[in-house]
Amino acid sequence: MVTATALEEELRRLAGSVLDPELPVLTLDDLGVLRAVHVRGEDSVEVELTPTYTGCPAVEAMSMDIERVLHEHGIRDVSVRTVLSPAWSTDDISDEGRRKLREFGIAPPRGGRPAGPVTLDLGPTRTAATEPEPEPVRCPSCGSADTELLSRFSSTACKALRRCLSCREPFDHFKEL
Amino acid sequence: MTLTVNTAAALALGDDALVLSHRLGEWAGHAPVLEEEVALANIALDLLGQARVLLSMAGDEDELAYLREERAFRNLQLVEQPGGDFAHTIARQLYFSTYQRLLYTQLAAGESEFAPLAAKAVKEVAYHQDHAEQWTLRLGDGTDASHDRMSRACEALWRFTGEMFQPVEGVDIDWEGMRAAWLESVGATLLRATLSVPEGPQSGAWTAGAGRQGLHTESFGRMLAEMQHLHRSHPGASW
Repeated sequence: MVTATALEEELRRLAGSVLDPELPVLTLDDLGVLRAVHVRGEDSVEVELTPTYTGCPAVEAMSMDIERVLHEHGIRDVSVRTVLSPAWSTDDISDEGRRKLREFGIAPPRGGRPAGPVTLDLGPTRTAATEPEPEPVRCPSCGSADTELLSRFSSTACKALRRCLSCREPFDHFKEL
Repeated sequence: MTLTVNTAAALALGDDALVLSHRLGEWAGHAPVLEEEVALANIALDLLGQARVLLSMAGDEDELAYLREERAFRNLQLVEQPGGDFAHTIARQLYFSTYQRLLYTQLAAGESEFAPLAAKAVKEVAYHQDHAEQWTLRLGDGTDASHDRMSRACEALWRFTGEMFQPVEGVDIDWEGMRAAWLESVGATLLRATLSVPEGPQSGAWTAGAGRQGLHTESFGRMLAEMQHLHRSHPGASW
């Protein structure tokens, strides 16, 4: 006999294996956005999901994918609830998630530092850091620590656009939040 | 319609985010460089996300955004001002993101129903403020032309800044302390950018200071017409 807890664990594993629609190398577990799965009754499950950014448009696609996966597993009634608290942080991205991001060509967020923008000053044409950052953003292609910020916002709100000064390749950086 | 206090507060903060989001979205296709196009759209998206959470606390988000008349909106007059040139947009971003970061910081530390959203959004707004400050420095301490334009923009929007510190019913924070912190932060950025802190009144002009009471400036009606037109023309339509 399957206990509720074992079932919850199994459903959580299923929901957690759903891929992020914007970063399809990451699962929701890698990203750390799946907060809980509660079995509320026979055939009824409530899932708690937290957005990376408040306005992240991927949340709706994630919710639909979770519903689909759990429906396929025989759960008839699936409700996905968005929770804001405690606020998601890039520290919630797993080590496995960071490795996958790097392989995908996105510099992962640096961990263990206060969230928020790094103080920068303007150079003649580009933004330049006033002082060396404690932990540089490394180029995901060649690994060089010699990279510069091109724009604080990139293809999505959660990323910044940078360029490697060694191999000259532009790349996205999952910025710290 | 009688509003409970917290609904009124959710509307005020939600309308600020919604209206500024729309104004920033107007830059799509017009920004000076591609990176800015993307940056302004991302900031608009963050604000839209905040607006959706806040308006949903007050009622149905779509009805509130698309079916209210001008006088029912409770946003600051600052956020409804037309984009103007890029300097005006940056000046508005500087004034508003500094305000919003201070406001959300206080709300996040409290226990109101706004605390969870504020704790999340304050981290997003930190990037908005950083973006605005860097552009203020670049434009103010740039060429004569960029300095003049930035200076004009800061002056032009100054009279809309006093309204930000009018206490909003249901938002229990230290408004006077926030005004002082705002002046210090914005003042320091303007000075670093070789701009001066505008000397005129922060409110009191006949047009300024009543957005929270539903009185708006001339361009707001046209903005709403554009924002609401599709929804009103096709009620109940879906993708």
